[in-house]
Amino acid sequence: MSGNMNLTLKVWRQKNDKTRGKFITYQANGISQDMSFLEMLDVVNEDLVRKGEDPIYFDHDCREGICGMCSLHINGRPHGPKQGTTTCQLHMRSFHDGQTIVIEPWRAAAFPVIKDLAVDRTAFDRIQHAGGYVNVNTGGVPDANGIPIPKTVADEAFESATCIGCGACVAACKNASAMLFVSAKISQYALLPQGQTERYSRAQAMVAQMDAEGFGNCTNTGACEAECPVGIKLTNIARMNREYLNAKLFKEEEAH
Amino acid sequence: MSKSKQVLSSSLGKKLIMSLTGLFLCSFLVVHLIGNLQLFYNDQGKAFNDYAYFMTHFTPIKIISYLLYTSIVVHAIYALVVTIHNRKARPVGYAVYRGSENSAWSSRNMGILGTVLLVFIVTHMSNFWWKYHNDSVPYVEYRTDLKTNQTTVTELVAGEFTEYVSYVDNEVEVIKAKDLYKQVAFAFKEWYLVAFYVLGMAALSFHLIHGFKSAFQTLGFDNRKYIPIIRFLGIWIFGVVIPIAFAAMPLYFYFLK
Ligand code: SF4
Ligand code: FES
Repeated sequence: MSGNMNLTLKVWRQKNDKTRGKFITYQANGISQDMSFLEMLDVVNEDLVRKGEDPIYFDHDCREGICGMCSLHINGRPHGPKQGTTTCQLHMRSFHDGQTIVIEPWRAAAFPVIKDLAVDRTAFDRIQHAGGYVNVNTGGVPDANGIPIPKTVADEAFESATCIGCGACVAACKNASAMLFVSAKISQYALLPQGQTERYSRAQAMVAQMDAEGFGNCTNTGACEAECPVGIKLTNIARMNREYLNAKLFKEEEAH
Repeated sequence: MSKSKQVLSSSLGKKLIMSLTGLFLCSFLVVHLIGNLQLFYNDQGKAFNDYAYFMTHFTPIKIISYLLYTSIVVHAIYALVVTIHNRKARPVGYAVYRGSENSAWSSRNMGILGTVLLVFIVTHMSNFWWKYHNDSVPYVEYRTDLKTNQTTVTELVAGEFTEYVSYVDNEVEVIKAKDLYKQVAFAFKEWYLVAFYVLGMAALSFHLIHGFKSAFQTLGFDNRKYIPIIRFLGIWIFGVVIPIAFAAMPLYFYFLK
């Protein structure tokens, strides 16, 4: 078939987080340029199953860039060589025939390897549980125009809310810091009127949980912003710093 | 107290400390540079030596200088603590890591740049600060005739000098001081020291190109109206003008004096 590629894959294989992993080399032959990266791995896995070998374990779900499940550190970058895409949205035309592709899991102490390329990202869930919510009383549906909010602010909150919790920011960061994720989650509520009630307790609780999970410290390299598939901005981190320091240094003791 | 301790031990609190001490050190650089520009005066160090005496004996400045030494130490210690913590956050590293495709070199090498600067500061202080404070510099007398504005300079023998004096007698201004200027001129006759200073200033440049704007980001300051000013200052003033002006001093003494 014309346009099909033969690739060499170096894949990280690891039984579980108790054992040490290592790279195993596989050949992926006859790969179409129109396949997604995950479909390419499916082809490799089918081959492995046919041979009676253990298939490569990797995370995925929606395969259309919205769930944040797919991960993979591909040739030194989270979600591969393209910006603004998840691995499921990455096409094989971004690679060339004969190329060697090194595939690793997200590497962070807070994301232990489940198996092979899949890591446990429940640390993110625990951070969310710590404060990423609003208390809303049930009752009648509020009028859509009942809460006034400037369009620009609503848009900014929406942009922060597009974070899909994939963890590419942690994977990209040389310090394995989760601050882009946490700041996006803090921002989406800090900006909206509905989020004001828990505004300062939220910032403190989520940052405390982030620290407890063992993520690193941000050194403002900006790698997270560059690699985030949905373009979450560094300004979110500035806002988180503001919210947190304001909470800790002033707001906490304001009520008498 | 326990609450403020909590802040300082949190990830964001540590960043706050790094940011505040860093900015304080930046403000010092401006003062230090302006003062040291007097090295370029063609007055055989009169203004500079007078200034050196003032800076080491005026109480408010002395207090600030101790704050400064503390800031350097705190900035370095917190940097070490944060770096160790960050290493622990990724126990197994990547086999392939393309940092250059998503971040600037200086932002990824602040620790190395900072280490160079720390070695620089220790060398710099032992060369000048320590020698100045421990009477290992020569002494000098300036006599300026206030009518003709002519200055005569005489080196003093160590035994004759007791302490700094500055008075006007019979229309002649007399200043006796430690000759730090001469110590500077003497030190910068060595090519390897000049080279080391230029290297140190290159490290300073890269450290501040990332560090200055980074400090404001950490403080949560990202106002769209003012952030371009911060970026401009970070790159052009702290990353270019200040390091080049400092580097010009050893080069000036080596090549032109
Ligand atoms: S901030 Fe971006 S990279 Fe980080 S978890 Fe959210 S979507 Fe993924
Ligand atoms: S599988 Fe859902 S975002 Fe990639």
